[in-house]
Amino acid sequence: MAIDSKVVAQVAHLACLQVDDNETAALSERLNDILAMVDQLQQANVDGVAPLAHPLDVSQPLRDDQVTEPDVRERVMPIAPATEEGCFLVPRVIE
Amino acid sequence: MHTKTLTELRAGLAAREFSSRELTEHFLRRIRQFDGELNSLITVTEEQALAQADAADATLARGEGGLLTGLPVAHKDIFCTEGVRTSCGSRMLDNFIAPYTATVVEKMAAQGAVMLGKTNMDEFAMGSSNETSFYGPVKNPWDQERVPGGSSGGAAATLAARLAPAATGTDTGGSIRQPAALNGVTGLKPTYGRVSRWGMIAFASSLDQAGPMGLSAADCALMLAAMAGHDDKDSTSLDEPVGDYLSDLNQNLEGLRIGVPEEFFPDTLDNAIAENSRDALRELEKQGAKLVPLSLPSIKLSVPAYYVIAPAEASSNLSRFDGVRYGHRCDDPVDLLDLYKRSRSEGFGEEVKRRILVGTYALSAGYYDAYYRRAQQVRRLIRDDFARAFAEVDVIMGPTSPETAFKIGAKVDDPINMYMADVFTIAVNLAGLPALSMPSGFVNGLPVGTQVIGNYFQEGRILNVAHRYQLATDWHQRIPGAFA
Repeated sequence: MAIDSKVVAQVAHLACLQVDDNETAALSERLNDILAMVDQLQQANVDGVAPLAHPLDVSQPLRDDQVTEPDVRERVMPIAPATEEGCFLVPRVIE
Repeated sequence: MHTKTLTELRAGLAAREFSSRELTEHFLRRIRQFDGELNSLITVTEEQALAQADAADATLARGEGGLLTGLPVAHKDIFCTEGVRTSCGSRMLDNFIAPYTATVVEKMAAQGAVMLGKTNMDEFAMGSSNETSFYGPVKNPWDQERVPGGSSGGAAATLAARLAPAATGTDTGGSIRQPAALNGVTGLKPTYGRVSRWGMIAFASSLDQAGPMGLSAADCALMLAAMAGHDDKDSTSLDEPVGDYLSDLNQNLEGLRIGVPEEFFPDTLDNAIAENSRDALRELEKQGAKLVPLSLPSIKLSVPAYYVIAPAEASSNLSRFDGVRYGHRCDDPVDLLDLYKRSRSEGFGEEVKRRILVGTYALSAGYYDAYYRRAQQVRRLIRDDFARAFAEVDVIMGPTSPETAFKIGAKVDDPINMYMADVFTIAVNLAGLPALSMPSGFVNGLPVGTQVIGNYFQEGRILNVAHRYQLATDWHQRIPGAFA
């Protein structure tokens, strides 16, 4: 399943990473090396084997639907790059 | 004081042979003297350390104290520490002052630990050499042209150079054990869920686990006793009773069954490394242990399975870094997408971007079954191999790393070769088992480690095996010449 520069550009877009045109060729070569190594997985006989998401097969615990988190606005807003009146600032999205 | 173990320093403090302030000042002095060349710490928290030391001295003067009262510790810079920069080795978080403290740090502080600073690491814990850190490579105290391993390489080098008597690490594919081996120190990755992940910056959430790194198994037992336990804030932390690690240490090894998998001693393995681990096995045999040859056939697929699962989870975890709420933000974004893309591309280093791309690809439409699902199936096969083995044996042993510390720069252009550094450690993370690396000698003047793997929640047994080995050997007491 070789990937070329076009696929690299697509995947980079999905991952919200900017990859310059002059980087894609070298990057696709590296990624192909990694995928070739990963392709050893195809040798395994996994018929009827259930995927393992948690090593101890523990599932996420449920808790009561109650507010447990304190209001931390005062603590977390000062570390944001740009804020105004308690909101995070981003470039204009709607004209 | 710096040549003493944490256990010895604890006794010294209790007997008031020296104060915590004297001890803390001593290590801070050593950091000032040596860390310029080693680069093993990113941030030194001198003022805070001295304040904690004074508070510890007051506690000790009242005849009180916890497990770690007055003892200096260096935390990996992956653990959030309120009011102190928590960079995770990345430009992305170079300006990040954590607004809260990780449970691990909090629990150790509650037992009286004194934080000296934050140790260097591979960026977002992705690496086996500490060369991916935004803050530059760490040097191995045994040979400064060589890497300390990674990702907890800063922690391991800090210990080996005796700049701190104790350190925390995290281990997603070998990040505690491999650097421990390459620096001649002891490091334990606990059972997945044994130690809280809250406030520990996430890399691959189903694999990440924090653990102690120290100069001996006894020191690691002391630290683990402070770190372990259920945490409501981490939904994957397990509600199992914490063992009595310190009392378990001295049990004799009569009748201990040690599994020796053929896969840990492949024909391709450097003979000197293989012989070194066999020597360690022979020492344990002398103490009454029995060696049981066995096979874990699926673990040959652990590196490929890991390089699907870990990047997939990383691509999801690292999507939170968007230049909006915290961390690096690019200048003058033209629109929202430009803000995301440039902030992320400027903030992340090459290896991190590579893994995000691999993970995004593996999870993208059409490839999920071939990669992620299959990797999770192989993960079950690997876990089942261990389960079968642990029906017959108490622990499993072999070399921690297939090689000693390599030269800085030797593998940076060869990611696959770098990934193979963790060939003996990764399967343990996939299975969620606890495992420790202990110093077991030297090859060409460089430290070698032997790994002890236990069944779930058998941290006490692993620490016991390593402690008994360390009572009979002195590899863990060796100090690199320049730092004696």
